[in-house]
Amino acid sequence: MNKTAFCTICLVIAEVTATLGQSQQYKLGRPATPKEIRELDISVAPDGSGLPKGSGTVTEGQSVYKTLCANCHGDRGQGMLQYPALAGGQGTLKSKDPLLTVGSFWPYATTVWDFIHRTMPYARPGTLTPNQTYSVTAFVLYLNGILDKDAKLDESTLPRVKMPNRNGFVPDPRPDVHNKPD
Amino acid sequence: MQNRLTRRAFLATAGASLGAVHVSATGFPEELGAPPRPYGERSPFEHSVRFLPKSSTPASSYSRTPLQDLVGIVTPSALHYEVHHSGVPEIDPQYHEVMIHGLVERPLIFTMEDLHRLPSISRIHFLECAGNSGGEQIGRPAINPQRSHGLLSCSEWTGVPLRTLLEQVGLKSSARWIVAEGVDAGRMARSIPLEKAVDDVLVAYGQNGEALRPEQGYPVRLIVPGWEGNTNIKWLRRVQVVEQPSMTAYETGHYTDLMPDGTARQFTFVMEAKSVITRPAGDQQLSGSGFYEITGLAWSGRGRITRAEVSTDGGRSWQEAQLNEPILPKALTRFRLPWWWDGKETSLQSRCTDETGYLQPTREELLSVRGLHATDHYNGIKIWYVHADGSVSRE
Repeated sequence: MNKTAFCTICLVIAEVTATLGQSQQYKLGRPATPKEIRELDISVAPDGSGLPKGSGTVTEGQSVYKTLCANCHGDRGQGMLQYPALAGGQGTLKSKDPLLTVGSFWPYATTVWDFIHRTMPYARPGTLTPNQTYSVTAFVLYLNGILDKDAKLDESTLPRVKMPNRNGFVPDPRPDVHNKPD
Repeated sequence: MQNRLTRRAFLATAGASLGAVHVSATGFPEELGAPPRPYGERSPFEHSVRFLPKSSTPASSYSRTPLQDLVGIVTPSALHYEVHHSGVPEIDPQYHEVMIHGLVERPLIFTMEDLHRLPSISRIHFLECAGNSGGEQIGRPAINPQRSHGLLSCSEWTGVPLRTLLEQVGLKSSARWIVAEGVDAGRMARSIPLEKAVDDVLVAYGQNGEALRPEQGYPVRLIVPGWEGNTNIKWLRRVQVVEQPSMTAYETGHYTDLMPDGTARQFTFVMEAKSVITRPAGDQQLSGSGFYEITGLAWSGRGRITRAEVSTDGGRSWQEAQLNEPILPKALTRFRLPWWWDGKETSLQSRCTDETGYLQPTREELLSVRGLHATDHYNGIKIWYVHADGSVSRE
């Protein structure tokens, strides 16, 4: 996005927040208490906000992975049938047969944590504890050569993990096909 | 054209519907018909259904709308396409709530009753999966419109503008995005820029005059007009106002198109202008030369369709098709063109233009820019081949 377009959007949003403030209040809905928000808010952002306290090592992750993940994703994250590969593919994105995995493609380690936490294991999503999630994330990153065998992740180190494809994304430039009627 | 019932199949079907009065082509009924019923069903003679692929993980799968069997622009709710990543939850609306929090002045929780009390609007919009017709992109054209373009449907959606809910909670000045989250097992979440959220996004509880179907997000979902299906979060539970996008898996690892230079496009939200001929189309049989009406659907996530054109001569010339009213922004628009088939081999294809002046490109034009790996957001021209024996196929 160029600077002018960005400034225009900022102006529009400043206007939006200003007009929203003066709008009709219907006095419906009840206040959400901090406790209710805490219980429901599972969002994790790239800067690490939203990550719960906790930690896990590659070694601990290996054992969780073996029990809960390897059946579908393979013992080394190679993937099976419709279950995607979690490891490999670095350096293939420009090739004829790109392999898109957590290691070769995903830009943020927080996304890996968030996805595992929400969605895995496939048949029992949302059942991993924060510590198990840190450890499985660490193991998957280890499978990709991003972490060492003795590494440990917690809420402050996870957001600092540099993913190989961190700078591989560009904003949507469409319309990208400039064609005119005959 | 196709699926003409044989006399035997007709009798078998007719006999199966107990208690009904059967009227032959030459006769009149001599007994009373069936009484009214509390919730209607279609005629037992209608058999069109969604297509389901074989899947060993059916909770993470899809179904396709039978576009070739439909008329008009509205998809019957029972035939609306589905894509689920963690299955369809069963939600009792009595206990369902939508929480809006984050960079807001007053975080609030709305019950379904609250939502129904707020001022509501209805809008007709298409929904299309980002991956719709991705097989065409990679050079594996599908056998019929359902299989090629069936991750596409259109409904009248009713609900509360998201803007109204954001007005109730009041935005802080740092607010730039929202993160919408469903209460399906995988808690699907997507980030949407605030500019879109306050423009035309709907918190919808109604679909085609009744409550949403469970597979469409009952009791409440987001409708993000013109944007890739995945952003239209179903079973909406939580809207968080934030400064930066959450970078969830479905806006980083998925739905990001890989370009030939190894970069990937992110936040590729809009579904661009696209069209497909639904009759005559692949898997159908023309019963000899003569008159046929060519018909199909055109749509654009950027607004209204202004023109649909059809070529019946392999793309050498294009004829302007008639657009059926209503022509609505970010909705399916039906086009049609009278056609006299001379019985010779030919091909049929359509292309459309939207109100921004964007013309639907050919597959070759798209591939020259995006390469072979950008399988999402594909909107190339679709070609059906008519053979001398009247059969219509993908090649």
